[in-house]
Amino acid sequence: MNDTLYTASVIGVAALMTWVTRGLPYLLFARKKPPVWVNRLGATLPAAIMVILVAYCLRNTQWSAAPYGAAEILSVLAVAGMQAWKKNTLLSVLIGTVCYMVLIRTVFPA
Amino acid sequence: MRGNPKAAVTVPRRKGRNGMKSFVCAAKVMIPIVFAYVFVGIAFSLMMTRAGYGLFWVVLSSVFVYAGSMQIVMVTLLTAGAPLAVVAVTTLFVNARHLFYGLSFLDDFRAVGREKGGWWKYPYMALTLTDEAYSVLCSLKTVPEGCDRHKVQFDVLLLCHLLWVASCAAGAALGSILDGNMAGIEFSATAFFTAVVVNQWKESRSHIPALVGLCSAVLFYFVAGPDGMILPALSVSMVTLLLFKDRIPAALPEDCHE
Repeated sequence: MNDTLYTASVIGVAALMTWVTRGLPYLLFARKKPPVWVNRLGATLPAAIMVILVAYCLRNTQWSAAPYGAAEILSVLAVAGMQAWKKNTLLSVLIGTVCYMVLIRTVFPA
Repeated sequence: MRGNPKAAVTVPRRKGRNGMKSFVCAAKVMIPIVFAYVFVGIAFSLMMTRAGYGLFWVVLSSVFVYAGSMQIVMVTLLTAGAPLAVVAVTTLFVNARHLFYGLSFLDDFRAVGREKGGWWKYPYMALTLTDEAYSVLCSLKTVPEGCDRHKVQFDVLLLCHLLWVASCAAGAALGSILDGNMAGIEFSATAFFTAVVVNQWKESRSHIPALVGLCSAVLFYFVAGPDGMILPALSVSMVTLLLFKDRIPAALPEDCHE
């Protein structure tokens, strides 16, 4: 297989498999109405998923050595605090990200 | 207001005005994820160009694969010359979490498919539901008056997709000029997800789903390790929420689904 064909095939396969993971729920319930438990799950699962995504984003934090994830913890708290207080998502994200970028350069450089 | 004579006058005009209003609403709610998309998009295209793949391949993969972490993994597979079967299995594993996202929007997206001219929008919306797009749609608890909920959802997904392709293309074009000064900006994704968690926490009738997610994430961080945690954590949360479904009021009564 030549390079161009190989590259195109890798991209094609990756795209196809991504579509499978995204489209499967719709294919499974294409002909029939989703059962009640699926709708219940659709309502309760997002809250669990979002918490898991936050944890997943923090998975490579170094917890067992100095500074023990201090930059991550402080920045997450800054976002949560701002969001609870002002409820302005853009502002919370900006402040949290700037906070993190400043902390890893000044107080907790790698 | 049924039978109001004014209704007959306003109906024909509604579409265009509402279309614009919905578009503006969609653009506003997705602003917080712009940084995350731009950064990851640039990171991906820098990796691709360094590996010797030009703008064409960068754009092709961002249009069709459209999955940040998987595209970055894909660069590694490409340079290693991995067999296609390995690419397929890896993609399934890396993206399996998307299986869970669709469950929240079955009714919404299907309703779009039944609208006039919506037959292609339904699969498009289903296939472009990334992590960030999913969290934007979840943060969209109510749409402003006069906006159509499904129109806003579609615009959000389309704008996210375009932004992603543009970021990837920009990274390939700008090359290494941007490299090096941006360390830490990837935290904006974490920050956005955190903000959505806070919104859900304040709005939900039950905190059990969030706590189930937290417990399973921490458990599988230790049991399965950082890179293997996400699938078991999602699966166990799903089973737990199913087992206790009769005791948990829906977390977001008006939101992501009825």
